[in-house]
Amino acid sequence: MQYVANTEADKLEMLRTIGVKSFEDLLSGIPSGLRVAPSGLKLPAGMSEMELLGDLKKRGQRNQHADRNACFLGAGVYDHYIPAIVGHLATRGEFITAYTPYQGEASQGTLQAIYEYQTMICLLTGMDVSNASMYDGATSVAEAVLLALRGSDRKKVVLSELLHPETIQTVRTYLTDIPCEIVLAPHQGGKTGLDSLKKLTDSSTACVVYQNPNFLGYVEDTADLSAVASAAGALVIACVNPLSLSILASPGETGADVAVGDGQPLGNPPAFGGPHFGFFAVKEAHMRKLPGRISGMTQDKEGKRAFVLTLQAREQHIRREKATSNICTNHMLCALKGLIFLATLGPNGFKRMGELNVQQSHKAFDKLTKLPGVKPLSGAAFFNEFTLTIDKDPKALAKAFEAERLIGPLHLGRFRKDWQNAHLIAVTEQRTDEEIDRLADAIRKA
Amino acid sequence: MSKLIFEKRSLNQGDHLPAPEKGFDASKFFPASARRKSGTHLPESAELDVVRHFTRLSQQNFCVDTNFYPLGSCTMKYNPKVNDQITSWPFYGRIHPYQAESQVQGMLQIIRELESQLGEILGMDAFSLQPAAGAHGEFAGLLMVSAYHKANGQKRTQVLVPDSAHGTNPASAALCGYEVVTVKTDAKGRVDIDDLKAKVGPLTACFMLTNPSTLGIFETNIQQVTQIVHAAGGQVYYDGANMNALLGIARPGDMGFDVVHVNLHKTFAVPHGAGGPGSGPVGVKKHLEKFLPYPRLKEVSGGELAWDYDRPDSIGRLRSFYGNAGAFLRSYCYIKALGAQGLKEVSVNAVLNANYLKARLAKHYDLPHDEHCMHEFVCSAKRQKAKGGVRALDIGKRLLDHGLHAPTVYFPMIVEEAMMIEPTETESKEVLDKFADVMIGIAHEAETNPQVVLDAPTKTPIKRIDEVLAARKPNLRWTPAAGSAPKLADANLTTSNTCCA
Repeated sequence: MQYVANTEADKLEMLRTIGVKSFEDLLSGIPSGLRVAPSGLKLPAGMSEMELLGDLKKRGQRNQHADRNACFLGAGVYDHYIPAIVGHLATRGEFITAYTPYQGEASQGTLQAIYEYQTMICLLTGMDVSNASMYDGATSVAEAVLLALRGSDRKKVVLSELLHPETIQTVRTYLTDIPCEIVLAPHQGGKTGLDSLKKLTDSSTACVVYQNPNFLGYVEDTADLSAVASAAGALVIACVNPLSLSILASPGETGADVAVGDGQPLGNPPAFGGPHFGFFAVKEAHMRKLPGRISGMTQDKEGKRAFVLTLQAREQHIRREKATSNICTNHMLCALKGLIFLATLGPNGFKRMGELNVQQSHKAFDKLTKLPGVKPLSGAAFFNEFTLTIDKDPKALAKAFEAERLIGPLHLGRFRKDWQNAHLIAVTEQRTDEEIDRLADAIRKA
Repeated sequence: MSKLIFEKRSLNQGDHLPAPEKGFDASKFFPASARRKSGTHLPESAELDVVRHFTRLSQQNFCVDTNFYPLGSCTMKYNPKVNDQITSWPFYGRIHPYQAESQVQGMLQIIRELESQLGEILGMDAFSLQPAAGAHGEFAGLLMVSAYHKANGQKRTQVLVPDSAHGTNPASAALCGYEVVTVKTDAKGRVDIDDLKAKVGPLTACFMLTNPSTLGIFETNIQQVTQIVHAAGGQVYYDGANMNALLGIARPGDMGFDVVHVNLHKTFAVPHGAGGPGSGPVGVKKHLEKFLPYPRLKEVSGGELAWDYDRPDSIGRLRSFYGNAGAFLRSYCYIKALGAQGLKEVSVNAVLNANYLKARLAKHYDLPHDEHCMHEFVCSAKRQKAKGGVRALDIGKRLLDHGLHAPTVYFPMIVEEAMMIEPTETESKEVLDKFADVMIGIAHEAETNPQVVLDAPTKTPIKRIDEVLAARKPNLRWTPAAGSAPKLADANLTTSNTCCA
């Protein structure tokens, strides 16, 4: 299957117009020693569309997926309901095959969608300004830390140790060559310990980063954490689950300066971890330090409302090595799905989704904690995810889950030695009472 | 223009999901301090109104599916629909990154095979698919270069980039704490060897280069360039943005590059998505392999694949999970459908199309480097600017009136009034002829009636945008307190899709 469009006759005529005898003449600038051998690349021959579909179907059938199995895995990626119109609208060719909207007059659709997306993120997070999206939640946290360090004499970065472990790893990578010190604030009873945070945070602290709900699923005392950081003059960076903001206090309500997170719960399928989108919003004071693209409302020369990429003096294509970030390609299409998802649900539907997560997760919690050998790791409040310690062999548990056609929960032993018996359980609005019963059965039988 | 979704109002029942059980009160599970106090102020629209809103927005975009889109260095080729279809299947869309590896062998095999296909196409020893975009791949590549020098006990503080480089190159170098040193381009549009020799030295960590260059010219002396940098102890980085010129023709690995990234959303047909997501796999030669981001795939018993996190020399993790799997799938399908011969045909037609357009425009626009180009070329509106005051920007806007997207303008920065044109292989001669005819017509207008070009566009939903106002008085969101967005002159609410004809 090929997608080229010139006929042989066209090609000959084109070569004539160019004024060369053969196509090879056009490649005369490439030294012959560098040419791929005439036998070509060592790759198989191509195939028809029909054969391709057959092959990819066969390969796909080797994957266990959430259409056939009840998914209790979370830890940053959740199996949420996506209204039918999200996929329908977001996969329109006019969105999916457009480029970055540098030519404003030919890209008003994308630019207005970005403006609306920025508004949506600000409304949810309680921030003033949002950019047009980042790669994911982990890189958003890393870029937020860079924002805090840039132009500051403060070189200490305090991370709650209950950030997603992969977020902490990503931050470490981003800071490899940046002079600073990373300190982890330990947890206490399933939440970031307030006393130890106080001890760690001082006049050399550039920022304090927490996640809500945290990696174990528990709701942090966000206002208290923010207060500790702000009192020391450090920037407060809140990494939040956007769906939880239907029920839980927004970063803006609880003293954050920067709100970031992963937008996957908003209309993006799990997709093996990507692509999803990161969101990044700040209080107005930090507007000109934002990484990435921003759409602004303005007018055209006739005074009509118009949208355009703006504040570009922060970006790599203008500022090169002095840019606030190297980000260029972002995750616009995934952000668009988030926007359409929220516009479709509306305030009532969004709240309802949040409530259903609370309802089903607490049902599961009540059921599972009654089982022998099963205990909650903490008594703290949770949204749609919680951690249980289960006195059973994790391998036997994994087998029992598979036998009951369940995906997950997540055994946390891989992340920390003292979490050998801990399991993180996500229960979204899609998990039925019957599936929760099956999860309980599987644990009992293991 | 369309109203904002926030300015519309109709009945939204909020009933895509069932109601919670009778008497259920979510708030009782949370202390008051943890609960949201403010409303979300999300828009309220009936489903049909949401569908119309976003359908109308989409119609205000140019896109590959509707318009010729010759943006230089962006490779706006056709994105096969079959790849979108496959990606949406539940056994690819509804799999979780933390499922046991035994449950996702189909996906893992695809990742492994794509890694090795890219290795063969680019001539590299190992690939990681983790980077989310080209700039992310650059970041990964430079971190590996730093790790390599550190491991050799060397402190090198400079990254060289040509003056024609993409903006992400210096920005990525800065992110890794490097000082950026610019290398000049010679009169023929290639790396100035003397300037390179003068600037390379014991402080050089890396030279970042794209080949063909952003001028669309193959670096004929590329082996000499890589030898010079290697002799000084530096590494050479290949920015794969222009790889669409070289599939099955030449390989960066054979030219002496140590580390590369490739944009799956350019060369390998992942749609650009109005700005993303893309994917920027990073490839290395053997001596850098141990520094690749973790986790890596490894073979375990019975030919099964598993993630290996035990990579002590790795630069670390660049993002969550394993990368943009949706992009991997599309590119995997693309490579599989085309095969070795089909991939070569891509570059053959991309180079032919670019040279044909260049030949057709040669008399009408200045060509800073008049030799055969690869997949793209740069021409200049210098002549038009001097005669009638028509600039590259204006020509781009005038193209929009003809339903043709503008080329990349004012890049590379070393060419005055630059217009960088990349037609790609998926366009036919018929489309190229239409574009050439329009461009020649605009050159004529620029001489005889420049005002019509300066006034363009006139057929798009809006006219020229006031960018200065946008930057001076940033209006970056709608605010519920004000009730509506700041009132500008009356918006024309009829929708036009003339631009997508």
